[in-house]
Amino acid sequence: MKGEASFTDEIYALPGGEGVRLCIQCGTCTGSCPNADKMDYAPRKLIAMARAGMREEVLSSNSMWLCLSCYLCTVRCPRRIKITELMHALECLSSDSGMTTKRVRTPKLYHTFTDIVYRMGMVPEFLLMILYYLRTNLLSAINMIPMALNLLRHGRLDIKPHRLKPESRRQLRAILDKAKILGEKP
Amino acid sequence: MKYYSYFPACCSFGQARAYDMSTRAVAKALDVELIELDDWNCCGSTPYSSIDELGSICCSARNLSLAEKRGLDLVTTCSDCYLMLSKANLFMKEYPELKSKVVDALAAGGLEYNGTVRVRHILDVFANDVSSDQIASRVTRSLAGLKVAPYYGCQVVRPRPSFDDPESPESLERLIKSLGAEPTPFPLKTRCCGGSMIIPEENIALDLIQKLLDNAVSNGADCIVTACPLCQGNLDVYQSKVNNKFKTKFNIPVLFFTQLMGAALGIDSKALGLEKGIVSAQKVLSGYLK
Repeated sequence: MKGEASFTDEIYALPGGEGVRLCIQCGTCTGSCPNADKMDYAPRKLIAMARAGMREEVLSSNSMWLCLSCYLCTVRCPRRIKITELMHALECLSSDSGMTTKRVRTPKLYHTFTDIVYRMGMVPEFLLMILYYLRTNLLSAINMIPMALNLLRHGRLDIKPHRLKPESRRQLRAILDKAKILGEKP
Repeated sequence: MKYYSYFPACCSFGQARAYDMSTRAVAKALDVELIELDDWNCCGSTPYSSIDELGSICCSARNLSLAEKRGLDLVTTCSDCYLMLSKANLFMKEYPELKSKVVDALAAGGLEYNGTVRVRHILDVFANDVSSDQIASRVTRSLAGLKVAPYYGCQVVRPRPSFDDPESPESLERLIKSLGAEPTPFPLKTRCCGGSMIIPEENIALDLIQKLLDNAVSNGADCIVTACPLCQGNLDVYQSKVNNKFKTKFNIPVLFFTQLMGAALGIDSKALGLEKGIVSAQKVLSGYLK
């Protein structure tokens, strides 16, 4: 049962992951989740599997990537587990492990988002969409053209986004570079 | 006069420009001074925290550090920014090991943060720091007869109980009444609109949006107001896609609550960005607008 101990410990060590040991399997989270029916394993089951040491099955599932971060499960959990944060912890573990499923596109969007923040310090929505579609599916980008033009007509495309001063961008990068080093596992 | 540091959020330069415009205009009319935070950066956001939790908290921490120097409450319009900035505060209190990493990372940028900044949502400020009576006394065009669905979305009231109930909030209803309009029942008022999932998993998000639009219309609403830029974007910009997918004929304007306030306070509709709505609010508001 070595796997069981180590995977639970791995989750437990992350902020928000500590609740994994408190779950009583009541299913309130699954009953509250707007996306439970789209997940490989709904939240209650995912937690049970995590505690059973099913590392690969959990980290390669689509479940946490379909979490909307609406926090309904979190406010209803009778054990006060931060379930949404637990989902984020599982996303981070999945991302680090290289086991992320290709059946959902959410991880690609999140990675694109993160890269833009690192480079620019903020996220122009328009750039996010363009880069995301370049990385995933150019065809769907073509389908988005009418909507983009409509937004442009209504003055809602950020062609002139908020820009940080160069020294502020450097400052944020220095902070994030340091965070990267501190975040690496010993 | 009340003073706040203001964090406008990235979306204020794109889809939610009208939210920023109307917030500034309404603040001015109600003697609320919003002083924009200098050179703020992205809050870190939910997508970032799904890839790199520490990095995302450091993004928020830089903003909190800048705000701490000024010593005012930090107010934002975006519900996700509100959530992330508050979460950075809370996580640094709850997890000492994480806090020491954030402190070290900030030091690499020559900054420090002592955890003293109070993070606020603009809905909290307009609903609680300004009294309903004060708003009612400034109303120049009563919205009497207008039926408004109050849509909160999720992250303005969850996960931490702050200024309103996580599942049955009332702040928007109070505001709507103080403008003379009538809040409709809206059972799904704190349900998720799909958020950023509209980009990678459009079909899943469209299902959620359809339920919300249906719930608002079937309760007799003339328009929906919201306190979240993602909610406004999803319900307004994607309304025609919902109609295509579900063979429906929704044509309901989705306003930022600050736009509705501005209309009642007699602020010019251009200054409120009312023409930026994809579903036009012209017909619904025609009797009330300046």
